[in-house]
Amino acid sequence: MAETGWVRTGPGDQGTTQGTTLGTTWQFGGAWTLAHASTLDQAVSRLGATARALTLDLSAVEMLDTVGAWLIVRAAEKAGAAGAQLAWVEPSDALKPLFHRVLEAGPEPDLPEPKRVLLIDWLIDLGAATETVGREALDLLAFFGALVETLAGLVMRPARLRWVSVMSHIERTGLNALPIVGMISFLVGVVLAFQGADQLRRFGAQVFTVNMVGISVLREMGILLTAIVVAGRSGSAFTAEIGAMQVNEEVDALRVTGLDPMEVLVAPRVIALVIALPLLTFFADMMGLLGGGVMSVLLIDVSFGQYWRLLNNAVALNTFIVGLVKAPVFALLIALVGCFEGLRVSGSAESVGRLTTRSVVEGIFLVIIFDALFSILFSYIGV
Amino acid sequence: MAEWNEPIVTPPVISLRGIVNRFGRQVVHDGVDLDIRRGEVMGIVGGSGTGKSVLLRTIIGLNRPAAGSIEILGMQLLEMSATERRRVEERWGVLFQNGALFSSLTVAENIETPIKEHTDLPDSLRHEIADLKIRLVGLAPEAGAKYPSELSGGMKKRAGLARALALDPEILFLDEPTAGLDPIGAAEFDELIRSLQQSLGLTVVMVTHDLDSLAAICDRIAVLVDKRIKVGTLAELQRDDHPWIRAYFHGPRARAAGIDQSQPSAAI
Repeated sequence: MAETGWVRTGPGDQGTTQGTTLGTTWQFGGAWTLAHASTLDQAVSRLGATARALTLDLSAVEMLDTVGAWLIVRAAEKAGAAGAQLAWVEPSDALKPLFHRVLEAGPEPDLPEPKRVLLIDWLIDLGAATETVGREALDLLAFFGALVETLAGLVMRPARLRWVSVMSHIERTGLNALPIVGMISFLVGVVLAFQGADQLRRFGAQVFTVNMVGISVLREMGILLTAIVVAGRSGSAFTAEIGAMQVNEEVDALRVTGLDPMEVLVAPRVIALVIALPLLTFFADMMGLLGGGVMSVLLIDVSFGQYWRLLNNAVALNTFIVGLVKAPVFALLIALVGCFEGLRVSGSAESVGRLTTRSVVEGIFLVIIFDALFSILFSYIGV
Repeated sequence: MAEWNEPIVTPPVISLRGIVNRFGRQVVHDGVDLDIRRGEVMGIVGGSGTGKSVLLRTIIGLNRPAAGSIEILGMQLLEMSATERRRVEERWGVLFQNGALFSSLTVAENIETPIKEHTDLPDSLRHEIADLKIRLVGLAPEAGAKYPSELSGGMKKRAGLARALALDPEILFLDEPTAGLDPIGAAEFDELIRSLQQSLGLTVVMVTHDLDSLAAICDRIAVLVDKRIKVGTLAELQRDDHPWIRAYFHGPRARAAGIDQSQPSAAI
């Protein structure tokens, strides 16, 4: 192992005039390698201002790599820029090719400094982001239009619909979601009854716990929780499936085979989810009422029979339908966003991940927005 | 490094003995022996599914063989402690097939990653080194600030090569360096590898399908046939009478690459 690199300043050897030496010599030696780079960097930076003639003597360098060579070349460039005349004493033959390679790589180019971020840039970014959101909303609307067109075509010729695909998606988005949706709804029913009984007891109105559970589960909780679970479960799956096909150029292969991705990929998923989500919601409603019932029996001294009668008085068929009628709309939103984002995947695997996240976030966002719109609508028409 | 052009009597930098690799019941390598000398360019070729990439991954420790020993830079790879592994990893660089650049980092940050991990250089010097490597592999200086997704295939490979060279390694492993490049880009990349190998004194191990690369830059070639390896120079392998080797070095593509001069070229 060679010793750590060093550099010594000495008198110049570019000729002497009347006994006084002209210029300086920098003699480099030892190992000029990455392992010693910090030390070498400091040693080089200590080399002071130089005379007009500078000789760089590399003959004593024992080991050299690109980093060491760069440090020497950089020091030489700096001296050269300060007006010194450079002369080289070449390194040993073994090191020469490497040294010349680095020397020829040339000086560090002056790249423009990265721009400072100003307030105006921030405003520009905000504007651009707003424009993007607006454009994407329009794209989604256009996608909805294209879907309606495709569905209209399928109504005319139902044989063209991939029924097997529809069934498979109903199984995956509906049947396979039963355990998780059921459990969440049951627990929400339990929590609602528990909290409700606790608060209403203060007014001696704990019997109204049943009304509270019945109405909130049937009108809002059942459908909203189911839609959110499905957006996380199936909306993301739609985006990832279609996105992976997009990356693999399968979607392009469909197009050149004369198959419309809208008809083959999107329509079956949308139809399947529009069928599956109301069914899931019905199941969630029942499980929510069951959870509320179990808790009511335990907390407010009613029997199951009494719970059933109280529930019957508290909720009308209306309440149930008001919740269920939202399900197909939410299903359409989730499936639409999931497929839309999936088809927007471009090239890289990274964009699959990014757009899958977006699909879930947008899906849930739209579900909640539309839920609010439904509330306004229902209060307007008085149900 | 310093001793790159010493006569080839020095012990091999990489020495494989009796490597066996199997996946389930399928045996890919059955007793592979291979010596790679300091300062040479070794090409590894073989048909699809003969385990070229598996062999490369075995040498760099990404795949543990079922049997055999790997000596690299005088140390036993399979018996190393984690610290020893780290020290050896500083002495080799790997270029994966598509560059394998970290997509969330710029090109310059990609090159700085190994430097940051293995040394404690000041930031400014690290940036300078990254810029130097970018120039050494023939990328435009502006490429440093770009993200991998903004680069073409050829530029990605160059950036990957710059990252592989970040720590000034002694050994460079290349997995299909010219795959996916157009013939002009591939020839330029071959030329770049050759000139870097000569000026930096590298030992290069490359898996390749490219007959032009083999002819242009490989000193010796290792052919994977019948789960074992046959090593020789291009001229030696052309005289070999194994059917696959004959087909490979005397096929129409070999003639087009100017490797096989025994028959007149079919090209115009």
